[in-house]
Amino acid sequence: MFQPVLLLAAVAVGTVPAAAALASASWPYRSPAAAILLWQALGLSWGLAAVGALAGLVAVHARWGVVGGVLAGAAQALRDAALGSTAATLIALARLAFLVAGAALLTLLCWVLLAAFTTVLLARRRHRVLLSLLAHGDPKVPGALVVDSPAAAAYCVPGIRSRIVISAGTLALLDAAELAAVLAHERAHVRARHDLVLLPFSALSQAFPRSRLVRQAYAEVALLVEMLADDRALRHRPARELATALLRVGASGAGHAPSGALAALTAPEGETVARVSRLLAPAPRLPAPALALIWSAAAVLVLVPVAVLLLPL
Amino acid sequence: MKRLGELERAIMDVLWESAEPLTVRQVGARLTDRDLAHTTVMTVLDRLAKKGFAKRQRDGRAWRYCAAADREAYVTELMMYALDQTGDRSAALASFARRVSDDEAKVLRKALESLGETARD
Repeated sequence: MFQPVLLLAAVAVGTVPAAAALASASWPYRSPAAAILLWQALGLSWGLAAVGALAGLVAVHARWGVVGGVLAGAAQALRDAALGSTAATLIALARLAFLVAGAALLTLLCWVLLAAFTTVLLARRRHRVLLSLLAHGDPKVPGALVVDSPAAAAYCVPGIRSRIVISAGTLALLDAAELAAVLAHERAHVRARHDLVLLPFSALSQAFPRSRLVRQAYAEVALLVEMLADDRALRHRPARELATALLRVGASGAGHAPSGALAALTAPEGETVARVSRLLAPAPRLPAPALALIWSAAAVLVLVPVAVLLLPL
Repeated sequence: MKRLGELERAIMDVLWESAEPLTVRQVGARLTDRDLAHTTVMTVLDRLAKKGFAKRQRDGRAWRYCAAADREAYVTELMMYALDQTGDRSAALASFARRVSDDEAKVLRKALESLGETARD
């Protein structure tokens, strides 16, 4: 039973340098959707492999791969611990400890996802209630809500009952064409439910607040999602309008940038600059063979741990 | 649901505009453009109090209602969250452009100028 466990361990360890390499690669800006898919595959693969490798140490040969083996092995280890000699008891207890570690990791991962989801839903509900009391429509931004505040804000509250919100400050800051570009960008977020893409990464970064890599992954996926919405907006609006809108809103927000601990939590330096330069001087999309390679890599990343966990070996 | 939301909003506007706590009857009287039953106003005020947007106090045999916080406080809460100043960078909202550092803002302003734009106030 050790070979599949070693394979899972190798996958769990191997995804880490792979994620680090992806975080520093430059090609993701050329095809954000493919890069997001690879990030998702890396995250899922790591989670499955890490949980499987820890729990799998207790596994014995069984019909349902590591999952079945873990269940059978746990039962056997419990019997050994209760009935065996001192040495056998110690080994059985050690194996059970790994099983507990695996179960704990699985519980943590499920728990943070659920907690993050609940937090987000509650925050959105509160936000929607406040909007219903405070915001109003404006003919300058059809379909969006306006909040009377001088600060420049433009955002969406995703969900089944989604809202796009523009502050009075943004209305004053941007011209009609730029506003239309902002609306197109936000509508892309709302339609494609980009928030659901971001949620697991946000949850992971809360579960592992000290991991630089997890934080990097979250920031990177957040930026890629923005680029995806930018690309979508470009189908309806010229790049220059979107770029100047970004520049104006970004530059106006400088006064709000906090220092110290909070600043460390923000996306990589130059996020807005990266988006603007991408809009004004676009690099060619990745060629089809490269995209096919990325999709295959993503599929392999997920299928290998799933296969090891479920197929008898 | 939509009508109820609208009503809550109209009644909060009345509370925000009033300098002193109002009885249900006074609130109803200030919503002149709507023909509302006394009980409807009472229900909505009750809901607002339960949600924490209105506060009520006994005045003899009647309740008097006032806003729990002024309008600006709620706008501030909304904007704090929208501009991600609360510190918990959650995925609840998706902002068009995130807050930037002073250095980045300088780069952005230069980029705007080089695009042949003059600063607008």
